[in-house]
Amino acid sequence: MAEVLLKTEELTKSFGGLVAIQELSMEVEAGEIHAVIGPNGAGKTTLIAQLSGSLKPDSGRILFENRDITHVPEYRRSALGLARSFQITSVLKNFSALDNVALAVQAHAGHSFRFWSKARKAQELREPALEILEKIGLTDRMDMPASSLSHGEQRQLELAMALATRPKLLLLDEPMAGMGVEESQKMVELLQDLKGTHTLVLIEHDMDAVFALADRITVLVYGESIACDTPENIRSNPEVRKAYLGDGEAITEIEEV
Amino acid sequence: MILLALIPILIQFLEMPVFYTEMFCRIMILALAAMSLDLILGFGGMVSFGHAVYLGIGAYTVGIFSYYGIDNGFIQFPVTLLVCAAFALVIGMMSLRTSGVYFIMITLAFAQMVYFLGISLEEFGGDDGMPAYRSTFGGLIDLYDPLSFYYFVFAMLLAVLYLCHRIIHSRFGMVLQGCKSNEARMQALGFPTYRYKLAAFIISGMICGIAGALFANWNEFVSPAAMHWTRSGDLLIMVILGGMGTLFGPVLGTVLFLLLEEYLPEWMDALLFPGAGEHWMGVLGPLLILLVLFARGGVHSLLGRLSLRHG
Repeated sequence: MAEVLLKTEELTKSFGGLVAIQELSMEVEAGEIHAVIGPNGAGKTTLIAQLSGSLKPDSGRILFENRDITHVPEYRRSALGLARSFQITSVLKNFSALDNVALAVQAHAGHSFRFWSKARKAQELREPALEILEKIGLTDRMDMPASSLSHGEQRQLELAMALATRPKLLLLDEPMAGMGVEESQKMVELLQDLKGTHTLVLIEHDMDAVFALADRITVLVYGESIACDTPENIRSNPEVRKAYLGDGEAITEIEEV
Repeated sequence: MILLALIPILIQFLEMPVFYTEMFCRIMILALAAMSLDLILGFGGMVSFGHAVYLGIGAYTVGIFSYYGIDNGFIQFPVTLLVCAAFALVIGMMSLRTSGVYFIMITLAFAQMVYFLGISLEEFGGDDGMPAYRSTFGGLIDLYDPLSFYYFVFAMLLAVLYLCHRIIHSRFGMVLQGCKSNEARMQALGFPTYRYKLAAFIISGMICGIAGALFANWNEFVSPAAMHWTRSGDLLIMVILGGMGTLFGPVLGTVLFLLLEEYLPEWMDALLFPGAGEHWMGVLGPLLILLVLFARGGVHSLLGRLSLRHG
């Protein structure tokens, strides 16, 4: 069995009376694409927020490389090698695409209490940023302000920024959200390229994408993990089918793939 | 900027009274303060409604030194920087835990606290304030000479403009602007945003403190009025009028605001009816609203658009 990169132990988070995540224990192995699926409100984004550190769990532990990071602040988790993309596109809109990625590089190039020399002239920031933009396929848009990129391009930029922090683990919150068929296809290809070099936790509603990419799938329903298995076994799992029964579209989606 | 450099020469040439040189000194000093506010407001997205407090602290530092007979600027100015940094550190540490309206209110509250502290300083004139002598620089420069004083202030303004220019384009500046644009994203990228914002807050307070020290020199008088909350409001208006998040905007805004303050009453008296000038704020207000509604980038962007059209 591969080495476990990330592990949660009985993670629980509730908002008022609503339990968003309930005693969730899961493991992400190094090198795998681990998809988390579940109906709306299952707690997927809450899970990502806790893994990345923007939300504190009520109880339970999060272990990253066997180190307890439950109480490590978000910015330091990023330094440890956790990167996150947002469900709602979250880029620095008035910065150019290149600036966005360069800032992500800068975040991990020592402290930024440098007040004098020009950041836009720093080759050690610009070059890695250019490389990543090339990989993502946004080179020709690099000088455009992020706000004027198309939705799909902004999603790609989001991924580029996450990659620029040289993460060991990428937490992707619905990278295909709101994308057209063609754009989704491109994103799937991009993620496929990352397979092997990166470990991914992927939240996605697009079942085609999930079954095409994932090595393992965790199914989350009302904050509880009801199954964690390979795509084939998940597809035939009766409990998963039952959980999706109320969600007619989802069940047909699962059957189709 | 070149215009500002030439103003004293122009004034002498036209044989206008020294008053005008002094007036432009005041404009430049407050432009410094506005620039310092723009650093955190326009570039860092922090709406400080108590920025005049550093004007006051800077002024009082010079005033208190002067009271005890220490006029040496080489002592006064560095100490001003230190005192302002200390105040900004404390105020920033607490207020930066909040954001939005709470940040505005808490910076205002701190400014009011220091304002009333100033009033309670009976030894230093309390409510009435106290006179202050102009700083000496070991005979290098005589601040009592209007022209020397003018170019001293002008040099400070240039230096701070250049400093801000470097800061804005540095790594630190990029982080600061990133925080304004999307702080959650910056944290997820791995930036401890609180620290960077606090550092910017302190730098801004120190620059404003220099403006305060110059203000005490200009006025040869120090009083709590320098840090009244309306002064903080004026600074905000200057920045917004000139154009937030631009280097020259605050300078333009200050020039415009203070010239309007000076001449709008006269014009209104002459154009409308005698006594109309008292209500000059009634004209400035709508002007500001129009500007915010139709020219978001302030006068700076208006000028930019005009030059584009002609160019």
